Amino acid sequence: MATEHLQPQETWSPIFGRLTLDWIPYHEPILIGTFLGVAFAGLIVLALMTRFRLWLPLWRNWVISVDHKKIGIMYMVLGFVMMVRGFADALMMRLQQALAAGGAEGYLPPHHYDQVFTAHGVIMIFFVAMPFVTGIMNYVMPTQIGARDVAFPFLNNFSFWMTVAGALLVNLSLFIGEFARVGWLAFPPLSGAAYSTGPGMDYYLWALQIAGVGTTLSGINLIATILKMRAPGMKMMMMPIFTWTSLITNVLIVAAFPVLTATLALLTLDRYLGFHFFTNDFGGNAMMYINLIWIWGHPEVYILIIPIFGVFSEVVATFSRKPLFGYTTMVWATACIMVLSFVVWLHHFFTMGSGANVNTFFGITTMIIAVPTGVKIFNWLFTMYRGKVRLELPMYWTIGFLVTFTIGGMTGVLLAVPPVDFQLHNTLFLIAHFHNVIIGGVVFGVYAAVTYWWPKAFGFKLDDRWGKRAFWGWFVGFYLAFMPLYALGLMGVTRRMNSYADMGWQPYFIVAALGAVVILFGILSTFMCFYVSIRDRKRLACGGDPWDARTLEWANQSPPQKYNFPQDILVTGRDMFWKMKEEGFTWSTDYQPIHMPKDTATGVLISAFALGFGFAMVWYIWWLAILCFVAMLAIGIAHTFNYNRDYYIQPDEVAATEAKGASA
Amino acid sequence: MSAADAHHAHPESPTNIGFWIYLMSDCIIFGALFATYAVLGGGFAGGPEPKDLFEPGFVAIETALLLVSSITFGMAMLAAEKQKLDATTGWLVVTGLLGAGFIGMEIYEFAHLIHIGAGPDRSAFLSAFFALVGTHGLHVTGGIIWLVTLTAQLRMHGLNAANMRRLGTLSMFWHFLDLIWIGVFSFVYLVRLI
Repeated sequence: MATEHLQPQETWSPIFGRLTLDWIPYHEPILIGTFLGVAFAGLIVLALMTRFRLWLPLWRNWVISVDHKKIGIMYMVLGFVMMVRGFADALMMRLQQALAAGGAEGYLPPHHYDQVFTAHGVIMIFFVAMPFVTGIMNYVMPTQIGARDVAFPFLNNFSFWMTVAGALLVNLSLFIGEFARVGWLAFPPLSGAAYSTGPGMDYYLWALQIAGVGTTLSGINLIATILKMRAPGMKMMMMPIFTWTSLITNVLIVAAFPVLTATLALLTLDRYLGFHFFTNDFGGNAMMYINLIWIWGHPEVYILIIPIFGVFSEVVATFSRKPLFGYTTMVWATACIMVLSFVVWLHHFFTMGSGANVNTFFGITTMIIAVPTGVKIFNWLFTMYRGKVRLELPMYWTIGFLVTFTIGGMTGVLLAVPPVDFQLHNTLFLIAHFHNVIIGGVVFGVYAAVTYWWPKAFGFKLDDRWGKRAFWGWFVGFYLAFMPLYALGLMGVTRRMNSYADMGWQPYFIVAALGAVVILFGILSTFMCFYVSIRDRKRLACGGDPWDARTLEWANQSPPQKYNFPQDILVTGRDMFWKMKEEGFTWSTDYQPIHMPKDTATGVLISAFALGFGFAMVWYIWWLAILCFVAMLAIGIAHTFNYNRDYYIQPDEVAATEAKGASA
Repeated sequence: MSAADAHHAHPESPTNIGFWIYLMSDCIIFGALFATYAVLGGGFAGGPEPKDLFEPGFVAIETALLLVSSITFGMAMLAAEKQKLDATTGWLVVTGLLGAGFIGMEIYEFAHLIHIGAGPDRSAFLSAFFALVGTHGLHVTGGIIWLVTLTAQLRMHGLNAANMRRLGTLSMFWHFLDLIWIGVFSFVYLVRLI
């Protein structure tokens, strides 16, 4: 293998494990440049934070906060930061493939290119899309059900910081060592000890394991919240659709992520202790891994898209000034997708050769998923039909989604036909398909959510002009970047190619690269939109209910007080806030003491040691691993000795806060 | 409308339902390990097979220890409901000792297997065996650490509401591990011995 000589010699010392100076990639100009850029920007941020004395407020008001709203916002920040990293990877790949035709090698050697496409996939799914949907659920869902916080506020903070620890571990691999070169799902035997030497694959395993703990706990937390914390009177079929989709998403998380945990643990045993689950010899079976990982992996794509369906349902109803068309069918369609998502995993590897009967079963179940999804599309269309549609920013994303996602769904049904899949398996057609549904679905949905709920979170709307530029950048850029990939896939171009001989493909790759640049314009416009909106927040200021919306999260002030609602709301029907407005609702001034959870630093401390533990395991620094593990255990146990975890906000303080919020 | 009258400042604690959901997620981890054992359990790679390795008598004693520990935990719960602190912690200590006995036997079995060259690196069958049984053992070990911690907290704060809730969740956890072990015992040991 040409790549092997690029890796330093394996040595091990008791103090530094296998980490040596040779693992610092100071001979790679691209990485040095990135490091200098990150270090420079980081230093500026550190200096500014010190200058304006922001460290203590950051720690007190955000890092140790158990407030679901702040945790939700922190998830969104993590998502946007990691999106920049993941998108930089995407630009690098597009540039490489636009250049490396007909004998040209491009600028990325295979050793580096393989890390880039692996990191792109891992980051975009685990550290961009997941934080985005978890963040939106965290922020919005508790207020939609009239709750004060989630069921387990400390656990929520802990979950977030575990996700951050995983993300940091992935980013560390950029400057200390290397990342995996195996594709985002790390199929063995390539990802096994025999073929992936070095720390890259171990960074992958520990980053996902640590973040996975956070995701699973967050799933449990949000289910318990929906089941137990609803405002009095709110029956299940009165819950807003976004709450329904959150419930179903979290059920999927709790049912699917343990499989990922188990699967990655087995691969870890293979790599660290010489087990033989997925090896070529001693009775191992690599297809077992591929089955297991997709039993998690297929529900995972629904974990990403189902909450987004909820977002669009809220947006469409609000901006059409109508109740959602077919509420009950929407709930049942989502529930059907939840069940079906567990019986389609094999369509990811029809080519395994399970035979016609098995492939037929999984092909049909896959096609059936199009039925409940189609129900949803028609529900949204019929909600808009004869509604008073207002084309605000969230509706731009919604309409862009309806068109784009439908195309992506149809190419998915094409791929569900096993004989077609045999032709298109692992080609760029597949890449185009899942970007079509993930960008056209998840990304557009996240933007719809951000533009829709931003005024609630901060008390002012987003700037319309830059918001629309962001939309057109993403929308046009997506089609430019991925329609050529459909064509290339039909020509038989496989995924993950570092270079290719056929000059006829190059024009398509150049168009795709231009598309990526247009998307870059969309992303830059997004940040410009945030900047301009924050700068002009007085001009854009709005009240508690800027969109004339229908659900409870709009019933309080913008931004909401930390207890969300000054009083409990007695729920008597769907679209409760709309009903309250019709009945002329006002908050009474008869306040009761409000029961609140106390902030705690336990979550961030344990996660910091989890990061240390992951790093030590990657580099075989056993003493550090043991130290960190014991510290995690000790801090966790010490936390249970603290029985003093809650407090009450007294009525006079509530009255003062409400009055202050109303005048702001 | 705003429900000062529908007073619910203290809604029912979500701890029990949350812990149930956690147990179900744990159950799925075991499900994946059972499935792996089912698929790879025949991959002996020319190495030892179950009938060469497992001794029914030894496993029966192990199983008995764990099953009895579930009964003693039940006794602890009964005592706790009657607010008898000493009896509760006494039964918990007995439970913990039985659990430790189980873990001790498992460690002995593992050490023995590795010693005779039937370690997890010998074949896919042994990998799957060690992973499944070892994961259960790790859970029991975690349960014992929790049990010791909670016993100390019971001595410090008595059977107050928070401790009763914790005792209830640990009880669920302990019985859950018993249930998983019955699966392991039947599926790994009994089936292969027949």
